[in-house]
Amino acid sequence: MTFLIAMTILFYILSTAEYLVYLFAQRDRLYKIGYLLLATGFFWHTLLVGYAFLRSGSIPVHNLHQTLSLAGWTVTGFFLVFHFRYRFKLLGLYAAPLASVMMIISSRLPIEPEQIQNSLKSIWVIFHVIVIFIGEAALAFACGVGILYLVQEHAIKTKKRGFFYRRLPSLEFLDNIGYACIITGFTMVTVGLISGFLYAKTVWGRFWSWDPKEVWSGIMWLFYAVLLHERLTVGWRGRRSAIMSIIGFLVLLFTFLGVNFFLQGHHGEFTQW
Amino acid sequence: MVNHAVQIEISETGHSKGGSMNTREPRKTEEESKTAGGHRIIGSVSGAARLKIILLGLNHKTAEVELRECLGFSHEEAAAALQNFQDEPAIAEVVLVSTCNRVEILMATPSPDAAVEAAKTCLSRSKGLAPTDFEKALYVLEGDEAVRHIFRVAASLDSMVVGEPQILGQIKEAYRSATIKKSSGVILNRLLHKTFFVAKRVRSETGIGDHAVSISYAAIELGRKIFGALEGKKVLLIGAGEMAELAVEHLIRHRSGKIFVANRTFERGLELAERFNGQAIGFEEIPDHLRDVDIIISSTGASGFILNRKQVKAMMRPRKNRPLFFIDIAVPRDIDPEINRLSNVYVYDIDDLQDVIEENIEDRNREAARAERIIDEAVIRFRGWYQSLDVVPTIVALREKMRTIAEGEIQKTLAHSLAHLTEADAAALRRMSDALINKILHDPTIFLKTDGCRGGKSVYLDVTRKLFRLDEE
Repeated sequence: MTFLIAMTILFYILSTAEYLVYLFAQRDRLYKIGYLLLATGFFWHTLLVGYAFLRSGSIPVHNLHQTLSLAGWTVTGFFLVFHFRYRFKLLGLYAAPLASVMMIISSRLPIEPEQIQNSLKSIWVIFHVIVIFIGEAALAFACGVGILYLVQEHAIKTKKRGFFYRRLPSLEFLDNIGYACIITGFTMVTVGLISGFLYAKTVWGRFWSWDPKEVWSGIMWLFYAVLLHERLTVGWRGRRSAIMSIIGFLVLLFTFLGVNFFLQGHHGEFTQW
Repeated sequence: MVNHAVQIEISETGHSKGGSMNTREPRKTEEESKTAGGHRIIGSVSGAARLKIILLGLNHKTAEVELRECLGFSHEEAAAALQNFQDEPAIAEVVLVSTCNRVEILMATPSPDAAVEAAKTCLSRSKGLAPTDFEKALYVLEGDEAVRHIFRVAASLDSMVVGEPQILGQIKEAYRSATIKKSSGVILNRLLHKTFFVAKRVRSETGIGDHAVSISYAAIELGRKIFGALEGKKVLLIGAGEMAELAVEHLIRHRSGKIFVANRTFERGLELAERFNGQAIGFEEIPDHLRDVDIIISSTGASGFILNRKQVKAMMRPRKNRPLFFIDIAVPRDIDPEINRLSNVYVYDIDDLQDVIEENIEDRNREAARAERIIDEAVIRFRGWYQSLDVVPTIVALREKMRTIAEGEIQKTLAHSLAHLTEADAAALRRMSDALINKILHDPTIFLKTDGCRGGKSVYLDVTRKLFRLDEE
């Protein structure tokens, strides 16, 4: 277990370093190595998640250690697949450190989970969690792309250009993939929330129970819904869209972590220490 | 220097058989000459000498465009001219590169002076010009300098726009004609293959071709950073002017969308629109068209701003905030710089573009310095190969290789099965192996040294070196 965690972290950090070198040297071979290292890390990470799954008999989200680890796993997985579609090489510079940090924090937390309730072993819960996590990974990338957009926008707007100007792709491209991330993320989160409601109905007899996590998920969902709506109707794109996707991700982070730390509710145990 | 005593005979029919040349790197040779320039004068008794590399040419720096136009060769003309050059006895191998900016005649010859004269005669004959008309513009380079020059030309370091990519293709084309005409032999084959290799290396290892250094290119480069592909982007040209029109032409080459032209005099606008296959619009229609177009190039003689912030701002909502890129190359400016502060709108005036260019030129110069280092290295390597293409170094290398093999085997044997031999026995064994080597190498040495080897000495030397892998370490 600790061996798997160590290998995962090691390869994620190596990949981060490789992407950093790529940032400076800009040789295609370098990012390919970075990508392979990340894929290797992902392999170890998969073993780790699989092992935790087998041990608990359900999706491993029984404490913050497991939840963070699974979130990191979806982030890496999403990036590995996403890369095939868009070939945005520099995005690894966001994905690899993000996954590394998540895994490092996760590894510092207590590993042994609390006794879990049987109600959480249903296939519905697994589906609910996986879909939501993929959606949230996509929204995390929307935030990363948004940051890169702002950097590039600033370089062009102020006519300073410089280091990142050369290395980053065009604004249009950044805007488009940011949008693709939001669409993917929003769709996944929507499906995930609906599955959660349905499951709540079967277990607790009601769709909505004003649990803080539910409330904040609703707020987050509304936020992205507004962002998408405004983009399609009046054209919230470019800079504004980038800023909104960063703020949206902060709301998401609070929903993901903050709610469990500051507020109580039936989602609480997933992120307890 | 032992080489001086050796006679070398070159036959004019010395062409390589088969086009494929060995492009392996020769290792830096031990026998690298101490003589500067790498083209020693071989004071042989018979007067025959090794083929020397000579380059005769003119380019945009030495010749006016009128002269270059007169001396430029079309593809067919070049083929015919190659025949003329080949017919000259002083020229053993020749490749002719002709572009709108340069004419370069690369030759391998036993007697440089005669070859230069012959080349001038050929040139004047094929072009119907007196040699005095173009002699002043010509440069003649020999040996290392000629090698360096062709490397620099191919790597686009000698181009009018440093880093432009076409020249390499043009040299490849010229070389292809030469191989079809069989006017290129061992030396130029090797040189040209090295040239392509070096040019490729410069392109992949330096950023020399990356940066735009003209106003219109700089504008295109910026446009691509904003829009990604420029394909289908609609363009509005306000006013007219050489630079603005050039920028539009560049955009069209990037397959931009419809072109709108607005001009104070509608007639002039119509004329331009026709040229760009676009549509002329009235000056007062400009604000309305901001809804559709993506790139605005402005270059009028107006004294005030043609567009202000309010007009553009009003149009951003109808166009759903799609980015707008203003290229303002007018002095005084046409586009209110305040417009740049609007979201998703970018305004670059002539000074801004000039800054981009200066940055790019700096980068390019830095990259050019790196490219020169790559070329220096390649020139030295080529010199190593070129000098090895001599009888004595080849024989020495051959003998050395045999000795190394023999000595290795003797030591292995003495250490094991013949371990009981005395010192004297071992010495006798070594003498025997030396004698063996001398006998074996006797005939090849005579063959390589005699004047009688037909088909060009360089061919046999080259084959020998390949056969025994003398260029490997």
